[in-house]
Amino acid sequence: MGFLSYLVSGLSLGSVYAIIALGYTMVYGIAKMLNFAHGDVIMIGAYVAFFALSNFGLPIIPATLLSIVVCTLLGVIIERLAYKPLRDASSLSVLITAIGVSYFLQNGAQIIWSSSTKVFPAIFQSGSVSLGGASISYLTLITIGVCLIVMAALTLFINKTRTGAAMRACSEDKGAAILMGINVNHIISVTFAIGSGLAAIASVLLCAAYPSVYPTLGAMPGIKAFTAAVFGGIGSIPGAFLGGLLLGVIEIFAKAYVSTQLSDAIVFAVLIVVLLIKPTGLLGKKIDEKV
Amino acid sequence: MLEIKDLHVSYGMIEAIKGISFRVDDGEIVTLIGANGAGKTTAMHAISGLIRPDSGQIILNGQDLSKVQPHKILKLGLSQVPEGRRIFAGQTVEENLFLGAYIRNDREKTLNDLDTVFELFPRLKERRSQRAGTLSGGEQQMLAMGRALMSNPSILLLDEPSMGLSPLLVSEIFRIIDEINKKGTTVLLVEQNAKRALQIADRAYVLETGLITLEGTGDELSHDERVKAAYLGG
Repeated sequence: MGFLSYLVSGLSLGSVYAIIALGYTMVYGIAKMLNFAHGDVIMIGAYVAFFALSNFGLPIIPATLLSIVVCTLLGVIIERLAYKPLRDASSLSVLITAIGVSYFLQNGAQIIWSSSTKVFPAIFQSGSVSLGGASISYLTLITIGVCLIVMAALTLFINKTRTGAAMRACSEDKGAAILMGINVNHIISVTFAIGSGLAAIASVLLCAAYPSVYPTLGAMPGIKAFTAAVFGGIGSIPGAFLGGLLLGVIEIFAKAYVSTQLSDAIVFAVLIVVLLIKPTGLLGKKIDEKV
Repeated sequence: MLEIKDLHVSYGMIEAIKGISFRVDDGEIVTLIGANGAGKTTAMHAISGLIRPDSGQIILNGQDLSKVQPHKILKLGLSQVPEGRRIFAGQTVEENLFLGAYIRNDREKTLNDLDTVFELFPRLKERRSQRAGTLSGGEQQMLAMGRALMSNPSILLLDEPSMGLSPLLVSEIFRIIDEINKKGTTVLLVEQNAKRALQIADRAYVLETGLITLEGTGDELSHDERVKAAYLGG
């Protein structure tokens, strides 16, 4: 494999991170909390897609849609039951609750589906195209394509719709948003719904590339995507996209050129260096307010 | 139109408003004056739903606002320009104004009202596609007022609109408040700049450490010795 192949697989892995990171960053931007249960929503999405494909024999598109529906509902329910009662509580209480929800989902999955790994069926044809001498699998192209579509759709939604405008208002100043007649609780629900729906898409792409489904499946991609969101500047949507892609590329290059064992350490080392130089992340919010 | 009855509001253990009653009649400009920390902003926040009162009633056209969800209060015709403006700095002037009209579905009338706001504040029209955070203090105040007017309110609450502005801009802002009122919007104005506020007010209340200590017409209070001594610099 050459440089180009590594770059493309990095972008593909990074695309999955970016889609997950969007969920972290949107929830942070609007609810001002770190939803550490986000990775476990991916795990639930993976199980739903697995059962839809293997047990119900659904084709890939309906299986993904089912997974999106379940995760969206799950995200809204988690917010309503676990986080909404803590709206005025300290951020530490919310953080601890999020970790609690994460364990609850992991252990719940273990009780219901056992800890043994299930093998995700092959869903995409294993063909490949050749590009500049490198051979690139369909799955890689599909993953990057889905990420670009998600990113474009989300950008349009945030910038061009009434709900998107309300979301931007809430992320800047919730009190002022209430004075505009915006139902902040509703906007937070919508944010969780979108983030969790995206987690379902990520779960299918992830399992197509790494076809094993188990209860702690979401933990590592979750923490990596969280890192990507911080890397890009938490709260920033383009930041999550950029952070995700860069993280994927760095990880693959580290694996290819340095060491497979050290790749994760290198990824986190890069994060630390970036945060030392620019604490708000690559595209972190600069607030230029005149008084 | 708006009647406050025996309102009590606390922050944690501290009672900031200790039972105040006042009213604003249709078409009036009523001002609430008082020193820093007297509870003026707390009273405003209680009316617009940002803080829940401990007890008392806030009656707007027969409906008790303290029992209405905060985001639904704007729909009842009460709009607030908050202290410190609180514009959405990252969004453009025009986006801010459209957020002011968030609750409306009548596109055509909304665009009419946008023109009215631009007539009232020509500076905003010039800067319509500029990010709000880059505006000067006076322009930000105009934007906050324009944004509040975009919901086409029947009563407008203004919290310290003159704060931090140059004397020239203060005059301009007060002239515009008067103009907004003459166009048919009732105004409740909270001000530390008592002199200017009393000049345009029909009636006024003096708030001191959570209680109303004086009330009268704007003219009466401008000539009241106690008000002169405490708020008008002797």
